[in-house]
Amino acid sequence: MILETEALAKRYRRRWALLDGTVSIPDGAIVGLVGPNGAGKSTFLQLIVGLLAPTGGTVRVLGGTPDAAMRSGRVGFVAQDAPTYAGLTVADHLQLGAGLNPHRWDAAAARERTERLGLAPGQRAGRLSGGQRAQLALTIALSKRPDLLVLDEPVAGLDPLARRAFLDETVAAATDAGSAVVLSTHLVADLARTCTHVVVIAAGRVRLAEAITDPAGLERVVLDELGRAA
Amino acid sequence: MIRLAVRQFRDSAWTALAGLISLVAVVLATRPHLTEAAAAARRDCGSDARCPALVSFVLDNTGSRTVAGLLVIVVPALIGAFWGAPLIAREFEAGTHRLVWAQSISRGRWLAVRLAVVGTATVAATTLLSMLVTWWAAPLDDSAAAVYGTFDARDLVPIGYALFALALGVVAGLVTRRTLPAMAITLAGLLTVRIMVTEWVRPLVVAPRVMDRPLDPDTTGYGSGGNILLGIGESRLDPEPPDIPDAWIQSTDIVDAAGTPLTDQVLKASCPTIGQESGGGPARPVTEAVRQEMHDCVVRIGERYHEVVTFQSGDRYWTFQWWELAVFVALAAVLVACAGYRVRRFSGG
Repeated sequence: MILETEALAKRYRRRWALLDGTVSIPDGAIVGLVGPNGAGKSTFLQLIVGLLAPTGGTVRVLGGTPDAAMRSGRVGFVAQDAPTYAGLTVADHLQLGAGLNPHRWDAAAARERTERLGLAPGQRAGRLSGGQRAQLALTIALSKRPDLLVLDEPVAGLDPLARRAFLDETVAAATDAGSAVVLSTHLVADLARTCTHVVVIAAGRVRLAEAITDPAGLERVVLDELGRAA
Repeated sequence: MIRLAVRQFRDSAWTALAGLISLVAVVLATRPHLTEAAAAARRDCGSDARCPALVSFVLDNTGSRTVAGLLVIVVPALIGAFWGAPLIAREFEAGTHRLVWAQSISRGRWLAVRLAVVGTATVAATTLLSMLVTWWAAPLDDSAAAVYGTFDARDLVPIGYALFALALGVVAGLVTRRTLPAMAITLAGLLTVRIMVTEWVRPLVVAPRVMDRPLDPDTTGYGSGGNILLGIGESRLDPEPPDIPDAWIQSTDIVDAAGTPLTDQVLKASCPTIGQESGGGPARPVTEAVRQEMHDCVVRIGERYHEVVTFQSGDRYWTFQWWELAVFVALAAVLVACAGYRVRRFSGG
């Protein structure tokens, strides 16, 4: 298993953002994490990559703690809104990736990917479009050649055509690299084409976690589950 | 990692460098005039340290000397507010902590490297600034012979203030996660700690020297001191502080042979008319009769009482400088340790 969580819970002051999050994800899976806004998806993903500490429960990523997994450089993460340094250029960001991941960085692949996507090295990240910034952040995550790629709402800011292209390209890149992917979205339609597994979260609880056997019927299954939660 | 920290600091470094270069230009342009004027005043004065030419040389340059001192006092505050406060707060505001903390490098190391880069720049900039101003003002400071008057704007202590302000800014930014409140906390905190150390810690460093001397009827007056904020003290007999070059006079008191201070009752008994002339209104020259009465009063008091002066002599200047530097560097170290602990144990929320 590449990712296992058990009874994972996170409380912010008084409010429980996540309760009883239990999932296990096999190697090579492409997992879609779906749920309405504010359901706890971001909290769940940040617990996986160690940006948050759980209030209760356990997380095992690549067989160890999230912290150890992050230190090994085998996990790539793109946070919501794909944060980048507005004042730094594309080339600066690639250098940043290399410097912050000294033992696990594919500089050639990073350069090749930014060239292919038309990201000029001298361009400041603050002047890139939302889609280009997401691509830049994804490039940093992918160039670590991660075993697990975690993406928080990677397509939220993109128009429908761009989201499809972005998702297809991301999954292709991850599959080439042999990475498992966990990505969150609030649109079920994003998942059906690309994912092998689905996890439904609503109101801080994991409602459903299973392999996708019938992509065509997925939307109905998910909506039924969310309807029951409401 | 060092490249990223340097890259993120580059714009600030250029600003600081530009400021320092313009200061060097001003210092180099104006200092020859100061040395010339000081030399001329000394030629006129010979060995007399209190002669009018030296005094007026210092007074004529009070404005620029004050500005130079203020610069040294303000720069540490600016470093705390503009280098310290945004260091982590801006990462939170832009969400980039989720980028940089999701890489192979640990948060503790990330913070250590960033602090090392900005801390080195802080030490370099304030050392250079303080050296420049100390060197520029040396002719004035030598003539003024009051080393403690410019204590916090010369030599070593500005470096300590700047390091402390920087660390305070970093911790404030880490706690508030927003740049503007962190800047405000930094400025208020620096001001508070500077005042507390100046008022309460600095006098504790070395026990003051004590000097006894008879009351001088010609220079002892009667009145009260203080300010509106902290209250105005009772009126009392007030001897003029002795004129010791470079000394920091901490107190002047009137006591008898047993060490008992002069009380108001004793004073009123010896000099029944004292204090009755002042009916308020604008200050005006006193009449010869009042002056004579005051003189006789002090002579009567002086039969049993004398003046005790506590002071720090100028040769202890460096002891105070090193101690104050150590105090602020230690405070900065405690704050850095807090920041390290908080960053490593950061649990979101």
